[in-house]
Amino acid sequence: MSFHEKIETNVGLLIVLTVLTVSVGGLVEIVPLFFQKSTTQPLNELVKPYDPLRLAGRDIYVREGCYNCHSQMIRPFRAETERYGHYSVAGEFVYDHPFQWGSKRTGPDLARVGGRYSDQWHRVHLLNPRDVVPESNMPAYKWLDRPLKDAAVIGDKMKALRVVGVPYTDTEIADAPKALEGKTELDAVVAYLQGLGLALKQVR
Amino acid sequence: MSDFVSGFWNIYVAGIVVLSLLFCLVLLLTQAKGKVNPGETTGHVWDEDLREYNNPLPGWWRWLFYITLIFAIAYLFMYPGFGTAVGSFGWSATGQYDKEMKAADEKFGPIFDKFKAQDVATVAASTEARDMGHRLFVTYCAQCHGADAKGGKGFPNLTDKDWLYGGEPEAIKATLVGGRMGVMPPMGAAVGGGDGVKDVANYVRSLSGLASDSIRAQRGKALFATNCAACHGPDAKGMTAMGAPNLTDEVWLYGSSEATISETITNGRVNQMPAFGEFLGEAKVHLLTAYVYGKSAAAK
Repeated sequence: MSFHEKIETNVGLLIVLTVLTVSVGGLVEIVPLFFQKSTTQPLNELVKPYDPLRLAGRDIYVREGCYNCHSQMIRPFRAETERYGHYSVAGEFVYDHPFQWGSKRTGPDLARVGGRYSDQWHRVHLLNPRDVVPESNMPAYKWLDRPLKDAAVIGDKMKALRVVGVPYTDTEIADAPKALEGKTELDAVVAYLQGLGLALKQVR
Repeated sequence: MSDFVSGFWNIYVAGIVVLSLLFCLVLLLTQAKGKVNPGETTGHVWDEDLREYNNPLPGWWRWLFYITLIFAIAYLFMYPGFGTAVGSFGWSATGQYDKEMKAADEKFGPIFDKFKAQDVATVAASTEARDMGHRLFVTYCAQCHGADAKGGKGFPNLTDKDWLYGGEPEAIKATLVGGRMGVMPPMGAAVGGGDGVKDVANYVRSLSGLASDSIRAQRGKALFATNCAACHGPDAKGMTAMGAPNLTDEVWLYGSSEATISETITNGRVNQMPAFGEFLGEAKVHLLTAYVYGKSAAAK
């Protein structure tokens, strides 16, 4: 019986060898990333876990599908850094679970949108982008000016993130619901956006 | 030096790469053997009489595979990928970026430097600088001030002669470099609630010749003198040092209706021009200052 035939007629062996073969790429390209300093350690002291309000904003960003049109990944090309600022590096995203890099830019990249516009601009713009940018084709998110609903579960979200390595303390988790008191969804999204990409903002 | 937490991972990556290449090569060589025996089949039978000849891999296909192996080895020599080896080209993503930036600086640097050495009024008069300024403006400023620089509700029009913080080149540059934080505190309680707010709003409207209730305006005048004059000036012509707007002209950042003015007095206003100094750098700030200065100077 040839080797070929042996594999072909033994389903168990075929599965094992197939899995081995297709995992080679991942073993070389993905597994080592978990043991690299630049991908597992924060870039500098400015990279911090999201505070409760920003975390709530991050979840609304995900809920509304912002990543479908906005990337958060500035590539190392002059055409991008001239417009957006310093290119993104892995150490900026260590507390992002999941990261919001995205792959489509119907709108501009948001990796360093923090501090680029005023809070007031973001409020007007999110509720109706045409009010500030007449040429914009971004949808209006009129419903965001309403109270945050997830204040009660924000602690659970932080606990879940702690399981995957975000160093929230027990006190931070216990105090989290208080930080969301009286806040609107709009407040949360603006806080999230204003915190994006500040770690490398001033270095170009 | 290495980015990995231990040296093991370099060996791990290099080892799997070598093993995979060897595996492909061995697989290919073993499959290349064997001759075509006419009529020999694999023994498979489908649909009663369909059989499969047991022929070796076609030569052209095998050679393509050999070429990919040679390509892989050559690639690992030239580019980073094999453990810590940086490759004979010394290529890196950041190195390529730095080269691109350097080339651009060499190309565009002299043009920026030429304008940086001139004063703002001279730069504003240059058509070339205006074109460059326009490009910069639509990239960095248009989101708030509009592509035509005419602004919008809450975002100042830059094409008129009205300035919150002054329209001299130095003032414009200071605004661009350091940003501005505009704060009008809520004054509702200070002026005595609903009626007081209405009185002041009517007085403010009367200052720029808008329709107003003269009795309310009269009462508002006294409230204005005690509560508002500190920032807007006793004559209500504003104060550029505080960024307090002139209330006697026809320019309204948020609108001139009694309702809007009352809203401003009751809740105050907070808005911000972000700082662009560090992000844009001196040369671009200089060109943008001239662009904005020129826009205003061209206004009647």
